[in-house]
Amino acid sequence: MKVAVWKGAAQGSFQEFDVPRQPSQTVLDVVTYIQRRLDSSLAYRYACRVGMCGSCAMTVNGVPRWTCRTHVDKVLHNEALRIEPLKNLPIIRDLVTDMSAFFDKWARAKGQFAGSRTKRDAFAPIASSSPERADIDAGIECIGCAVCYSACDVVAWNPDYLGPAALNRAWTLVKDTRDQRTVERLRAVAGDAGVHSCHTHMSCTERCPKRISPTAGIAGLKRAILKSALKGEL
Amino acid sequence: MSARGETALWIAQRASAAVLGLCAIVHLAVIIYAVQGGLSAAEILGRTRGNLAWLAFYSIFVLAAAVHAPIGLRAIVIEWLGWRGRSRTGFLVIFAALLGWLGMRAVFAVFL
Ligand code: SF4
Ligand code: FES
Repeated sequence: MKVAVWKGAAQGSFQEFDVPRQPSQTVLDVVTYIQRRLDSSLAYRYACRVGMCGSCAMTVNGVPRWTCRTHVDKVLHNEALRIEPLKNLPIIRDLVTDMSAFFDKWARAKGQFAGSRTKRDAFAPIASSSPERADIDAGIECIGCAVCYSACDVVAWNPDYLGPAALNRAWTLVKDTRDQRTVERLRAVAGDAGVHSCHTHMSCTERCPKRISPTAGIAGLKRAILKSALKGEL
Repeated sequence: MSARGETALWIAQRASAAVLGLCAIVHLAVIIYAVQGGLSAAEILGRTRGNLAWLAFYSIFVLAAAVHAPIGLRAIVIEWLGWRGRSRTGFLVIFAALLGWLGMRAVFAVFL
């Protein structure tokens, strides 16, 4: 198959490679083949190869995907692949983006857990059947791959926008009954670059490889912010 | 903008959208009902002049539009033009006032 791969940084061009097809071949296999056999200078990123670490995301035929779990069969178009770095993040080199802005926004959305108990206290019991736990379960498996962030139109239009993953993180903490910083967190995500900028295009939900719906989390945050505003806490 | 201000704008936009939705339905339904069998300008004025219920309804309609549209426009100018700060707020306030003024002018033109 023909594989066009982005080479360079913000300025650069596509370079074409011929890569043999294999059964059960993933896009990451293709990139690895190119780097090992055809162009050792190619820069890309991966670690776990099993969909856990979130480091291998790239744009494949125009769509952001986790490449280690994306089979070539599923995405091949006219016997060709076009592989680019993720969108909405600065390119360091070739397929490697600088993800600092993405993770800085998790911090800005107050993505850190802030409990009140110490290691000397007993565990805080949370019933697995509680509705809060169900909401958290729906959003907690995020691997930080930035696929949603790369798919988001609002991030493209407003670079300050916190983005789906950071807001999803904030939502799981707002639902965490042990956490002590709810109002502060709601304030952090209700500002200029927060939930109210979301257009509900749902590209994040469509693309998230972990089938998380950041859109649902954002809607939940809007409700929580509304309640908090009506109570005069915000 | 602050979290509180941003949330207030969001609430204002959602609430005005609900009002607009209702007003638009009533507006269209009444037009369709009223024009059956034809309607002259004189007949229209005969019904609207001095009609306080009519005045109240369309004043609310105009007010909701004057609240709703500038908040939406605000998101557009941020995303498409990157326009922020005082000048943007000034522009939007003038835009809101213009909508309100033109709307109320139209309302009073057939009420008085
Ligand atoms: S929400 Fe989904 S797409 Fe976004 S970073 Fe987490 S796992 Fe990746
Ligand atoms: S390499 Fe870890 S998720 Fe793909």
